[in-house]
Amino acid sequence: MTALPNTRYVAHKRRVTEDKRLAAGRGNFVQDIQMPGTLHVAVLASPHPRANILSINADAALALPGVACVLTGAELYAATNPLYGGLPTPEVKWLPLAVGMTRYAGEWVCAVAATSRAIAEDAIELIEVDYESLPCIVDPEEALKDDAPLVHPGHKSNVLYRRTFTWGPVADDFAKSEETLSFRARWNRSSTVPIETFGALARWDQGRDMLEVWASIQMPNYAEQIANALRIPLNAVRVHQDVDVGGSYGVKRGIKHTIIVGYLSRKLGGVPVRLIEDRFDNMSGGDAHGPDRIFDTKVAFDRDGTIRSMKVRAIDDAGAYPGRGPFQLGKPIAALCGPYTVNSIEYEAISVTTNKTGQVPVRGFGQSPTNFMIETMVDKVARHLGMDRLVIRRKNFISPDAFPYEIPTGTKYDSGNYPVVLDKGVALADWQRLVKQREALRAKGRLAGIGIATCLEPGGGNNMFEYLMNPSAEITTFMEGCGIRIDGHGKITGVMGTTTSGQGHETLVATIMGEDLEREPDDIRVVHADSLAGLPTRSPVASRMAIMLGGAASGAARKIKDKLLKIAAHNLGKPESELEYDGGAIFDRADPARKLSWEQLCTIAHRQYHKLPPGMEPGLQAEYVWQVPRGGGLPDKDDKVQLYPCFSFQAHLALVDIDPDTGKVNILDYALAHDCGTVINPDIVRGMIIGGVAHGIGAALYEKFHYAPDGQFMSATFADYLIPSVFEVPFVKDVEHCTPSPLTSHGQKGSGEGGYLGAPACIASAVNDALAPRNLSLDSLPMRMMDIEALLNGDQPT
Amino acid sequence: MSEIKLTINGVTRTASAEPRTSLLDFIREHLGLTATHMGCEHGVCGACSVMLDGVPVRSCLMFAVQADGHDVMTAEGLRDADGAPGVIMDSFIEAHGMQCGYCTPGMMVATHALLSQSPDPTDDEIREAIGGNLCRCTGYAQIIEAIRIAAQRLRDAT
Amino acid sequence: MKPAPFDYIKATSLDHALAALAAHDDAIVIAGGQTLVPMMAMRLARPSCLVDLNEIADLSGIETSEKYLHIRAMTRQAKVLASDIVRTKVPLLTKALSFVGHTQTRNRGTLGGSIAHGDPSAEIPLCAIALNAEIDLASQSGTRTVAACNFYEGPLMSVRRADEILSEVRFPIWEGGNIGTGFQEISPRHGDFAIVAVAVQLQFDADNICRRAAVALGGASPNPVRAAELEAALYGQRIDAALVAKIVGSIDRVLSPTDDLHASAAYRRRVAKSLTMRAILEAAI
Repeated sequence: MTALPNTRYVAHKRRVTEDKRLAAGRGNFVQDIQMPGTLHVAVLASPHPRANILSINADAALALPGVACVLTGAELYAATNPLYGGLPTPEVKWLPLAVGMTRYAGEWVCAVAATSRAIAEDAIELIEVDYESLPCIVDPEEALKDDAPLVHPGHKSNVLYRRTFTWGPVADDFAKSEETLSFRARWNRSSTVPIETFGALARWDQGRDMLEVWASIQMPNYAEQIANALRIPLNAVRVHQDVDVGGSYGVKRGIKHTIIVGYLSRKLGGVPVRLIEDRFDNMSGGDAHGPDRIFDTKVAFDRDGTIRSMKVRAIDDAGAYPGRGPFQLGKPIAALCGPYTVNSIEYEAISVTTNKTGQVPVRGFGQSPTNFMIETMVDKVARHLGMDRLVIRRKNFISPDAFPYEIPTGTKYDSGNYPVVLDKGVALADWQRLVKQREALRAKGRLAGIGIATCLEPGGGNNMFEYLMNPSAEITTFMEGCGIRIDGHGKITGVMGTTTSGQGHETLVATIMGEDLEREPDDIRVVHADSLAGLPTRSPVASRMAIMLGGAASGAARKIKDKLLKIAAHNLGKPESELEYDGGAIFDRADPARKLSWEQLCTIAHRQYHKLPPGMEPGLQAEYVWQVPRGGGLPDKDDKVQLYPCFSFQAHLALVDIDPDTGKVNILDYALAHDCGTVINPDIVRGMIIGGVAHGIGAALYEKFHYAPDGQFMSATFADYLIPSVFEVPFVKDVEHCTPSPLTSHGQKGSGEGGYLGAPACIASAVNDALAPRNLSLDSLPMRMMDIEALLNGDQPT
Repeated sequence: MSEIKLTINGVTRTASAEPRTSLLDFIREHLGLTATHMGCEHGVCGACSVMLDGVPVRSCLMFAVQADGHDVMTAEGLRDADGAPGVIMDSFIEAHGMQCGYCTPGMMVATHALLSQSPDPTDDEIREAIGGNLCRCTGYAQIIEAIRIAAQRLRDAT
Repeated sequence: MKPAPFDYIKATSLDHALAALAAHDDAIVIAGGQTLVPMMAMRLARPSCLVDLNEIADLSGIETSEKYLHIRAMTRQAKVLASDIVRTKVPLLTKALSFVGHTQTRNRGTLGGSIAHGDPSAEIPLCAIALNAEIDLASQSGTRTVAACNFYEGPLMSVRRADEILSEVRFPIWEGGNIGTGFQEISPRHGDFAIVAVAVQLQFDADNICRRAAVALGGASPNPVRAAELEAALYGQRIDAALVAKIVGSIDRVLSPTDDLHASAAYRRRVAKSLTMRAILEAAI
């Protein structure tokens, strides 16, 4: 057990502020915001994966009582700008409603605004669209071929991005190494699929010439994207950030939804307009699918297990509209060799467009597929050499005394102790017991296997993957702001500027401000300022909020403390260096009876200007905007760059039992040791980590967005896209370790993604260990029972 | 439009709705009780769970007109009389049995149904009770812990 | 995901329901609604009129006669699962019910509704076929009885006419000897529709010789099917794993599985064999 740091509030078990309202059913989700006169939007989705739109006739729909408006792509396109795309591909235009051509089954063609969602759906059925169906392409490798149908004919290719990076002496390392092997790993399309769909409510305020937006959003630069697309000033967009978001894990990015309702509200004279996705909308056309990736990897190693170099080709299927999705090839460069000392890396990143829903950022931003590939590689090397999988990991781990450690891509890992965390995981799992249990199961004719995954979770974010993949954007800033206000009654209010989707940010800010100011966090109120009132934010992405919002909250609190010390110094007639801050009061170290209480200090700041140091700003308020540590440096001439500042680590261990007749995988045991530096709130961290494991189990065994070869989307309901229930998620044992980050306010690192970044690799490792006695392997996720059974029976998995 | 009169959380309410209005939409949009959540509208996720005549059901899988004359309890009914979180709610807070809070009301309704039948549930009974309620945040561990805490507290209280 | 508009009639008696059904073109009945409502929400079903059977008290209830367990059509699945009478008289049904959906859907879903709907993978129709239950179909012209084995005409299709309401299902009670039951199913997740399900009921004499056998499979053909050849091969035998392995192959001849998202036809065929063996051995214990 790691000793608690010497803290008052940080790392202590404390209730989570947000839980009180959420548990009482008093959340403020976007669907809960009901305004009189609201119009409800439904969308018409294309049944064709690729088709020309020849004509649209909405007369019958418009004639239906209750219908206010039918919006076509042509009308919207004439009045708005295309949506943000991250890559310099000007001919790949992402539009909220299709114009001229549809590019995936489910793409939105028209939107209807009506007095109820039901009437809007009635009207959708009355719209006649004449399509000319065209051949489509859904296989990313087929899409790369010269004769493939073009998803965006103007772009003249289905390749959106293709580049090979070489970091270090790859050719030499391959030449010098004793062995090589190569393999293909497939991460099929899945996503985070929150239980709440995306929704947006917009109201154009005619008195202020301003768009008010409430949305279930989790996205950087949302207001900017709205302003750009609607061609209105950024300060004419007010995004209300106090909307509770019913889960996101990366995907709540409904920009096109927002453009539709924003445009309609303005067009219709300021009536509130809302678009709440139903499950069909969400799954098929809601822009919420995740990575869809093929890795072809070659690894060079010596017979003692030393991994020297790797060559990775990653083909990622971005779907029809790339947005920010392709950058999920760039971010994992942050930890492309995982926790291992690999001397050189070649990485070919290919983003390809197909007739599928566009890909958006998903938990880990490409890291979970990459970790699955890395861990598969390590297991394969071990199997090839007949080495123990724990031994090979320990052999290749970056040594605890090597930090900060720079990997070949130029990123420095901040801190870590991988061997100790793995030891803790092995002890928690009771390795010998697992082995005995596995052997006993095998003796009974079952297939049983132990999975191991030792994975990194880069945290904190920065935008350098974008710079690396698209230097023309020239974006290096990745900041977060936080404000603090202490009122005349001495009550503290923290001001954050983004939404929360379950991560407990209010608790985070209150805990850190309370810690730094030595005041009870439960008495600190934290508000989500709207986008016009708040400070710059890049939203809760990239496992960054503990690091960045926590850092900003700490920075703001420290400014307050400095100011209080100056006020006390002035009033006690002593230099600050001779004063002691204690629980909000300040006393003279030489004469502790000479003391100003917190209340007195706040009173001076707010009401007694005559007691303030000359020239000091009255009141007690501070703002702090923090640039991500180590972030902002440009790539050097060899493309080396610092991606993300902090690196959490997890060791996952699992025992699975596979029914050889049905291929059904039963997870008997799951143990997890994790190190995310200082834990701010243990319940929050534990919840996100175990929740991430459950999500990862889904990706490993159950979840797949399936497209038929003819382009039809097959997984639009919860009966076809299989999210793990309590029956599919085992009891997860967990243990912490704390290697503080030297870069953050309290030593904290990211923790929201780690469970998901290791669980798929761990389950894959376990399944392959189970298959090993039959000399079989399966390197494609999800490993559905029919895939496993087919493999056991000599069929090709589908 | 049909007039629908039902008892909800002990209070008799009357409102009109089209026959096609689901009980879920009726509760949320017509009665203004927003704790009950819409997740899938096709009966898989359990976010819309309510008690109907004392047993848990999915409110997206029936029409409001069918609840005419019946007794419904939503998650709001698990609050104390003064509006403060009741025992089950407080247990979910204590264990941090939630993250985003979206599936939470449905989970708590399922918990209420379980504990009214089985005050000291086994782990299997807990899994069975919430097996039809999907949570995407927690991996269920802290929800199960919350249910155990609630069971203990309710037993201690009687 | 909102249904198309429809008229609603809350029937107060079976006669009322039958009259309403006859009076409205395109009217259908709603029982528990656990399958119908999502289909309506997705607009895959769009009746002009919905006749609600939920308030008809005498369409619910479980009782026994000399030879049969009578279950009225609107009896909730949860009630059937919890019923001691059912557990005693037709234990196979109790076993099967625990695989049907989840607590919340069983509280609303009905036994008759599941049979009338006729999903090829559903557990209750499978039991009805396995035991060749009798199904009562009421209409304004009277009530006719159809054997479960003659009830279905394909996936979601049956001999029930649009003016008929399924009012009762009678499961034969096997008397004498030792009765063993086995129910096995494979689904991706707990509570999902079965990919393949197998229901087995066996009767043994004092020497443990099989004197009566019912074996049916769901999910691997358009409707659940009896494995008559296999049943015949079980008759007169002491049952052990070796025997079952030898004779199970005959089920191939009654299966006609298809591919879907969750399983290939080949998977269904192979798994059907494994599950049949398990279910028979479960029943033989």
